[in-house]
Order: sequence, then structure tokens, then C-alpha cells
Amino acid sequence: MAASQANSNIGMSGKRKRKQASPNPPVPQIMKQGAFVPWLYLLPALAVMTFFIVYPMINTIGLSFMNSDGTASAATTCRDGQPCWGVFENYRYALTDEFNTSSPAALWKSFWSSSYGNTIKWIVVMVFGTVTVGLAFAVLADRVKYEALAKAVLFMPMAISFVGAGVIWKFVYDYGTSQTQIGLLNSIITSLGGRPVAWLSTIPINTFMIVIVGIWIWSGFCMTILAAALKSVPDEIIEAARVDGAAEWTVFWKIIVPIILPTITVVVTTMVINVLKLFDLVYVMTGGNFKTDVIANRMYTEMYKNFNVGRGTAVAVILVVAIIPFIYLNIKRFLEQEASR
Amino acid sequence: MNRDQINKQLNKLPTHAIVILTMVIWAVPTLGLLVTSLRPPEAVGSSGWWTAFTTQRTAGPYETYCAECHGTDRKALPQADLTNPELIAKYSRSLQLLALLRQDINGQPHMGNMPLPTAQEAADIASYLRDDDQANSRFTLNNYIDALVGYRGRSSYTADCEAGTQPPDLKCNLSDILNPRGMGRAFINSLFVTLPATFIPILFAAFAGYAFAWLDFKGRFLLFALLVGLQVVPLQMTLVPISRFYAQTGLNGTFLGVWLFHTGFGMPYAIYLMRNFLGTLPRDLFESAYLDGATHWTVFRQLVVPLAMPAIASLGIFQFLWVWNDLLVALVFLGGTTPVMTYQISNMVTSLGSGWQVLTAAAFLSMLLPMIVFFSLQRYFVRGLLAGSVKG
Repeated sequence: MAASQANSNIGMSGKRKRKQASPNPPVPQIMKQGAFVPWLYLLPALAVMTFFIVYPMINTIGLSFMNSDGTASAATTCRDGQPCWGVFENYRYALTDEFNTSSPAALWKSFWSSSYGNTIKWIVVMVFGTVTVGLAFAVLADRVKYEALAKAVLFMPMAISFVGAGVIWKFVYDYGTSQTQIGLLNSIITSLGGRPVAWLSTIPINTFMIVIVGIWIWSGFCMTILAAALKSVPDEIIEAARVDGAAEWTVFWKIIVPIILPTITVVVTTMVINVLKLFDLVYVMTGGNFKTDVIANRMYTEMYKNFNVGRGTAVAVILVVAIIPFIYLNIKRFLEQEASR
Repeated sequence: MNRDQINKQLNKLPTHAIVILTMVIWAVPTLGLLVTSLRPPEAVGSSGWWTAFTTQRTAGPYETYCAECHGTDRKALPQADLTNPELIAKYSRSLQLLALLRQDINGQPHMGNMPLPTAQEAADIASYLRDDDQANSRFTLNNYIDALVGYRGRSSYTADCEAGTQPPDLKCNLSDILNPRGMGRAFINSLFVTLPATFIPILFAAFAGYAFAWLDFKGRFLLFALLVGLQVVPLQMTLVPISRFYAQTGLNGTFLGVWLFHTGFGMPYAIYLMRNFLGTLPRDLFESAYLDGATHWTVFRQLVVPLAMPAIASLGIFQFLWVWNDLLVALVFLGGTTPVMTYQISNMVTSLGSGWQVLTAAAFLSMLLPMIVFFSLQRYFVRGLLAGSVKG
């Protein structure tokens, strides 16, 4: 859900002057052709959505209380002498298995190398990184003549698959032999007199090295939306502030940022959702090994590598629970926007 | 230029520096991929891709280290005929050559008082001795051929076919492009997956978008609000029940199964975009059409579809890129039976079956079509992005 909602004067809806106040108006009498016809137009879409989104969601919740092949209750998988949460056994496994609870310090340490800790690292670093790079680049590229080219370069990774990006960056991070470094990053380091680093297997930097790839991919997205928002800031306000003697820095933080804050919020929520769902990069670059696992990849591992339906779906449910606040925000923003049309 | 203008330009210098530096950082990794995919395998393994433009593969290192004893015709020592291809084949890698140079000859150091060549120089000597154009050329298209036919041997597809030593799954004719391990087959599979999985959602979304924008029915607003919520449901939430259902009905590994899944998941966003776009069309247009006695079907075909072309274009690019670049759905529902490009590459990465040169060529092949689509239709892509872009 992006910027045109926050800035209704941009994007495809903005170019047209609306003759009609709202896209959800009381439909004129002549357009009513019985109660049946509209459903004919809706039928294909509703059918596939019900079958592929709504029904599987409910089914997934059910399966998360079942055993590894979905034939009996999860409670039957409990072992004597082991902790057990009854039918919530899969959730016990999903929520606690990665943690070492022997001491608070061990718990803290194991949390930050678990898929949950890593997902939090991803969210914080990636959202901060993409929004910062995107906003800074949108502001700066606006002032140069080669703006279109500059933006296209930053935007290009959006066309590349996560798998392709994974290959590109695995090569950059390559950890070669003692004689030659064919990876760009290690080559720069050795030419400066440093020692090469195994970027993707050294804990804890490896997670951050994969996050950098994410930032590389998604910054262009943030930039595009933020640039559109920046263009919608009225020039008069900025000029007035400059005339009053405000420094560029002050103009940016005190005037521009507050005006585009709604768009920044939209971008941040969109990015958080994207990060939560992100699977491909981790899968391709480390496969979740070397303590780089994230929730989305863990779901895949449980389901399609360990073939445990119950555990896999339990992880999926946890993922969706993390996303529910954003579903709520999404609908809320939509309602506000409809009301203001 | 007066002083003010100069000052103004000077003040802009940091801006230029940051913008250009960022552009370089963003472009260089992809450039490295492209350059590597065009280099011969020996060069890829022994030197960084950035040296491809500078390093000269000449007789230089040979002249320095070897010509004194072996002569310029490489035959001075009868017991080491360096023009013998079988002998040279033993030292195809710099490491092997260096090992030889470290050994003694008749109790004397091989190199006498001379320092050993570096790994790079040894690699250059080895390729000079091989004296074949393939190894000496800086760039080659062989990696692309190897990637397309799925060649996983030690040499290259063309060389193996000439010598008749190709792996058993290759026939050295045009049919090799359909080798299930190759990117050629995967490219066709990707197209087969992507085109219908782009077209069907757009069609369904156009229907539903029209209903949401211009038809009256009970629960219209509620249903649409629900749809907005569905946009952020993660794919992972629905994979398991669907793959169980597909396994029971035999849809696993079929194109139909993937088309349907992508259609279902593309729907909420597609309808959202369509409805918002169609809602901005002028009401008079529809009113006069209905007054003239047009049916909904006529209006849909003759008014809605032509007018919605910009939205259809945006949606088309989005869905195309999404499906083409998707790994998870392809991995779960198609897997190795009908491998698409992303699957094939992820397999090459994780199994480490082939060198960087083939992997980079394969990755670049998979990026080719999306890049073309993206850069030729960038305008529509940006519009679609600005009109809302959360996707399963």
C-alpha cells in the first residue's frame, strides 16, 4: 500500500481530474441491473481467493495443532519426561526450541542467534537502511541533472530476483584461497593490507551481510515512493522558510520530513511486512545455516526439508500473528482514505 | 561564469559525490556478475573480474621466468617439450604449475636463483603454454552455452562436443537446449509459468474491479475492505494446505497448479489497483452508455478494457516480475520436475556443482527478460508502485 494513498495527488489516479467525488458512491439507478449480475463479475476472483487464501489460512491454523503428517493431535507427539504443551506442542517447539534456557545470559545469547532474533535484526537494520538510503537519495538526486539515470540505477535491483541478487552478492562476498581473492570485498580488504573474512559464515556479521543485500534490493522502492512524496511538498513553503533564513538542514528536518511523515510511515510498514515474508535471500545465500535463519525460512525448513506439517504450519501461524497488526493498519488506512475522498 | 555560479557549483560537489558513489556501489556488483559470466573459467578462478580489462595475457611472464631455459620455441630442453599438449594439460591450474616449479630438477632448484612467479603469473604462463585461443582470449560466450545446455563437466560444452567426450545426457545437437538441467529448458518453463500467471489474474481483476467500482451490490464496501487486509497475508500461510491438496489431486508439478496459485495470490492487489483506477473514470461515460442501452458486458468490453490499459500495463509488469522472480512457489509446487530459472539457479548455488562462470551466466540469463521488460516499461512500473504495492 503505498504512497498514492498518502499523497492522492500522485500516481495513476492523480493525473486524472475526478469528476466523481468518490469511487464508492451510491450507484445511479440506471446502473443497477439486478442483484445477480455483479456477482457474476466477482465470481472468478472470489472463487480463487477463497480457495487459495481464505480456506488455506483456516486449514493452516487447524494443521498447526496436529502431528507431523496431520493425522493426529499434536499432543500425541509429546515424549515422557520432556516439556509438553498438549495440543500446543508445535507452538512449544516453534517458540522455545531454538532457545537455551539454562541461564538468563544463555537465553539472551541464544535468542539473538535464533530465527526470531535474526528477524528482529533484519527488521531494524533493513527498514532503517532502506528508508535512509531511499530518502537521502531521493533528496540528493533531485538536485542533479542526471536524476533519471541515477534513480534508474538505484531502482534496477527491483527487477532482479532474490535468487539473482543472492548470486551477485555471494560473488562479492566470496572468500577465496590464500593466494587470490576473486570476491570484490575481500580483494579490497587484502589490498588495503587486511585479512580476508568469510563473510557468510562468520557469526554474527553474516546476518548483516545478507541484510545489506536486502537493502541493495529494496532501497529503490523506498526512494521511488519517497521521491514522489517529496515532489508533492509545496515549493512555496520551502521557499518561505529559506527566505526566513532557515538552513537547508533545518528545512529538511523541520518542514519536509513532517509533511512527508505519512508516506514514511507507509514505507516503513510496507518494508516491515516485506522483511517478515522474506525467504529467498537467506535460502540462497546460507540456507539458514551459520545462525542466519529467519522465521520465513524456518517455516520452509520445517515443512519441506523436515516434512513436519504440524511444526511448519505452527511457524507460519506465528508469522501471520506478527503480520496481523499490519493487516489492521492497512484496513484502517484504507478506511481513512476512503472517508477523505 | 561569475563567482556566484562557481560557488554554487562548488556547493553542489558533495551532492554529486554522494550520488555518484551510491550509483557506483549499486551498479558494480551487477557489473561484476556480467563481466564474470563472459570470462573463461581459468581466468574466473585465478583473478578478480576487475582485472579482465587490464591484465594482458601475453608471453611476458613466460619470457621472464622460462624462456632462458626452455627457449622461445618452448623446446630447448628435450626432456620437457612444452609444445606437447599432454604434458601441458597437467598444469592447467596455477597451483599445479607452482608445485612443479617448487620441485627440484636433478637435485637443483627448478628455477635456480630466480624467485617463483606469483599465482597470477603462473596462471598466465599456463595459459600461454596451452596456446589455445579459448584460454588466451579475455572474453568468451562459452559460459552461456554451458549454462543453457546444463553442461557440468570440467571443460566446456563446445570443447567436449568437438572431442566427442560430452557427458551422457548431452547429444551435441540442438536438442540439448531442452536438457532438463539446463537454463534453456528452464527459460521455456519460466515463460510457460509466467505468461498465463500474468494474464489470468489481470482478467479476473478487471472483472472484479469493474464490479467494485461501478456496480451496486450488498456488502460491496465490507468485501473490499476485507480484500485490502488480504493483501498482506504471507504466502507461507497457505502453502501447506495447498500443497497437500495438490498432492491428492495430482496438480503437484503441473503448470495449472502454479497458475492457479499465483492467480489467487495476485488477486487482492490486482483488484485493489483496478478498482481504484476504474473508480477515477468519469461517471458521465458510464451513464451515457447505459442510457444508450448498453449492457454491462458491452460496457466492460468496449469501455472498461480499453480505458484501463494503463492500469493493466502496470499490473502486467508487476505480476510478470513477481512470478518470474518467484522462488518459493516454484520450489514447492514445481521443484525439480519442471524447473524454472530461479529454481535452477538456487540449485546450482546450493549444490556447488558448477563454477562461478556458469553460475553467473545462468543468473544473467534469468535477469535478461525482466530487465528488458523493466527498462522498457519503467514508467508503468513506477505508476503501479505508487498506486499501492504490498504483495503476498
